[in-house]
Amino acid sequence: MKPEAILHSFGYLTQAAGVTVAVSLAGIVIGFVIGALICAARLSRRAWLRRLGGAYVSIFRGVPLLVQLLFIYYFLAEFGLDVPAIVAAVGGLALSSSAYQAEILRGAFNAVPRGQAEAAVALGFNGLEIWRRILLPQALRISIPPLINEFILLLKASSLVSVVGIAELTRVSMNIASLTYRPLEAYLGGGLFYLAINLTLAGFGALAERRLAAGEAR
Amino acid sequence: MSPDVLWRYLPSLAFGFGVTVFCWSVGGALGMALGFAIALLRRLPVPPLRWALRAFIEAFRGTPFLVQLFLLYAAGPSIGLRLSATAAGILGLGLYSSAYFAEIFRAGLASVPAGQIEAATSVGMTKFDTLVRVELPAALIAAVPSIVNMLIVLSKETVVLSIITVPELMYQMQTMAAETFTAFDAIFAMAAFYWILVEAVSRLGSRVEGRVTAYLASGGERA
Repeated sequence: MKPEAILHSFGYLTQAAGVTVAVSLAGIVIGFVIGALICAARLSRRAWLRRLGGAYVSIFRGVPLLVQLLFIYYFLAEFGLDVPAIVAAVGGLALSSSAYQAEILRGAFNAVPRGQAEAAVALGFNGLEIWRRILLPQALRISIPPLINEFILLLKASSLVSVVGIAELTRVSMNIASLTYRPLEAYLGGGLFYLAINLTLAGFGALAERRLAAGEAR
Repeated sequence: MSPDVLWRYLPSLAFGFGVTVFCWSVGGALGMALGFAIALLRRLPVPPLRWALRAFIEAFRGTPFLVQLFLLYAAGPSIGLRLSATAAGILGLGLYSSAYFAEIFRAGLASVPAGQIEAATSVGMTKFDTLVRVELPAALIAAVPSIVNMLIVLSKETVVLSIITVPELMYQMQTMAAETFTAFDAIFAMAAFYWILVEAVSRLGSRVEGRVTAYLASGGERA
C-alpha cells in the first residue's frame, strides 16, 4: 500500500469525478422531468395514457442500462442517427432513471390523502393550483428518501457510461491502475470519490427533508 | 443466433436462473426485514443508536455492492466469518439492500398523517396494533412502487455474485459463451430471463398495491 500513488493521480481523479457528477446530474434532472410526465400519465383518467405510461416503465425498468446505452450509441447509428457519446450517456441514464423516478413519484402522490384535493376543490382552487400548491409539495416531501436512493443508484450506475467512451471516474481509476500497477490504491481513490459524492447527495436529501417538513403544519 | 446451442445449454441455464431467483428472493426478503427493523429503530429517541443506524445506511448505500461482497467473502475469514459463496452472496444482497429499504420504509411511515395515529391512540389501540393496522397499510401506498423499484435493481445486482463463483445465471451464461463462442446468444438469453423476472415482480407489485388500496377503501375490515 502506497498512499502517495493516490496523491499523484489526484488531479486526474478529481477531473474524472467532475465528469461523473456532470453526467449523473444531467441524467437525474432530465430523468426527473420525464419521470414526472410519465407519473402524470400513469395517474391520468385516460386509460390509453395510463397504458402508455405502464409500457414505458416496463421497458425502461426491465431492460438493463448497459443494453440501453449500447442500443442508443451503436444501434441508432445503423439507422443513420449518429448520437454523440455524451448525448448517448446522458440519454441512457435519463431514460432508465425516469422509469424508476416515475414509480417513486406515483407512490408519493397516491399517499397524499384524497380528502385534501377534495377540500381544495371545495375551497375553489383550480386544477393547476391544486397540483402546484397542495399535491406537489406533499408528494415531494414523501418521495425525497426514495428519490435520494435512486440518485445514489444512478451515480453508481454511471460507471457504465464508460462503454460509450466517456472517461468518467471508474474508467480513469482503471487507467491509473493499469498505468501504475497499483490497483488497490487506484480503486480505493476512485471509491473514496464516489463515497464523498454520495454522502453529499445524502446530505442534500436530509437538508431538503428538513426544509419541506418546516412547511408542514401539525 | 444458434438455437441448438441454447437448447443444449438450457438445463444449466435453467439451473442458473433458479439460483439467481433463490439468492435474489432470500436476499431481498432479508433486506426488507432488516430495513424495516432499521426504519422502526430509527424512531426510538436514543441519539447514539440513531447515529449508528445512519452510519450503517450511508456505508452500505454509499459503497459499491462489489466492494461489500469482496469484503464479506474474501476478508470475512480473517475475522472468523467463513461463508460459502452462495451464503456470502445472499448475506451481501441482504445487507446492501437493507440500507435502501430502510430509507423507503422511513419515507412510507413518514407519509402517514399524524392525525391517523392520534385517532388510533385515542380509540385505545395499542402501539403494535396502530403500527400493523393503521400505519403499515397507509405507509405501503407510498412505499410499494419504491420497493418494487429496489427489488428490480437488486435482481440486476445479482449478476455480481458470479464474480465470487455463485453458479447463477450470469455464471452459466459466461460458461456457455466461453465454451461455444456464442456471446450474442448468451446476452440475448440473459436479457430475456431478466425481463421475465422484472415483469413478474412488477405484476406482483401491482397486485399488492391493489390489495392495499382495497384494504384502505374497505376501512380496514378485511385483512
